[in-house]
Amino acid sequence: MNIAVSLILNFGLLVFLVAVALALARWRHLFPVAMLTGLFSLLSASLFTVLSAPDVALTEAAVGAGITTVLFLATFGLTRAREKPVESSRRPIGLAVTAITGAILVYASLDMPHFGAPDTPVQEHPLRHKYLVESQHEIHIPNTVTAVLGSYRGYDTLGEVAVVFTAGMAVLMLLGRGRRGRKRTKE
Amino acid sequence: MREHTVLRIVSQLVIAPMLLYALYVQFHGEYSPGGGFQAGVILATAIILYGLIFGVEAARTAVTPTLLRIGAAGGLLIYGGTGVATILLGGNFLDYDRLFAHGGQHYGLIIIELGVGITVASVMIAIFYVFAGRGRQDDPDNDEDHGSADDYDADDVS
Repeated sequence: MNIAVSLILNFGLLVFLVAVALALARWRHLFPVAMLTGLFSLLSASLFTVLSAPDVALTEAAVGAGITTVLFLATFGLTRAREKPVESSRRPIGLAVTAITGAILVYASLDMPHFGAPDTPVQEHPLRHKYLVESQHEIHIPNTVTAVLGSYRGYDTLGEVAVVFTAGMAVLMLLGRGRRGRKRTKE
Repeated sequence: MREHTVLRIVSQLVIAPMLLYALYVQFHGEYSPGGGFQAGVILATAIILYGLIFGVEAARTAVTPTLLRIGAAGGLLIYGGTGVATILLGGNFLDYDRLFAHGGQHYGLIIIELGVGITVASVMIAIFYVFAGRGRQDDPDNDEDHGSADDYDADDVS
């Protein structure tokens, strides 16, 4: 892709992301907030696509824009769909926490390599050659991401699947059985 | 949802291609972006869309909660079992080269990605069932536990 087009897309998407984030912070009614969260994920997915990370983009679009939005909406069926107003005396605390966290993140980002820098660890580390070139002879599949996740980092992925499984079981135990258990104690 | 004709027709058209796309992402993950996790989430999204439009009970009949529990544990077992199988064949844990004489890595990846996909899809759908099933007002178990349902509606209108 042409560098100028790529840059314009990057900055445009970042501007949209900031606009959506500000709208998210302002809105008190939670239905539009859930929709805007989905929009935020979709914009992030577009940004990842422009940055040539289609695997991450696919995950972000499916999980962030799809599942998470639906789970938010389903949760509103159980609770209220309107944000509880914050007492004005507690607002400075929130502002301070946000400002400090933001300052830390900005400070940390100063240590990161510049955008598009050629001498980053990603470009220069010996593992780059291992994963991008040698994996074609060792694993014989074109998608390096799948090769790294499934083969070189197979333990980690097994752990991730175990985490998903554990999380699902925890939700089922907390929410799925709780109702029947409570009903039984009532009788 | 009887009245939402457009939603129902469009969903009917979209759900089957979504399932097909999930299978494509699942089994084409070695060549194109995606893999088990993304495929599982897309499959779950298709079932959740079906549940949203045609009712959670209809979805529950199509994909039963028992099947989901078996799937959630079964996918993890497929992944872990592949590792144990490679040990039994004389290799290290998850050393796919031991599975087949040629292309062991490729077949091994297909098997473990299938396990990942099954677990992820099952867990996502199961979580959706639990969330969507609790707030339903026609559920007789629910009337006492969620007496706040009425003032939630009133609050929502304002």
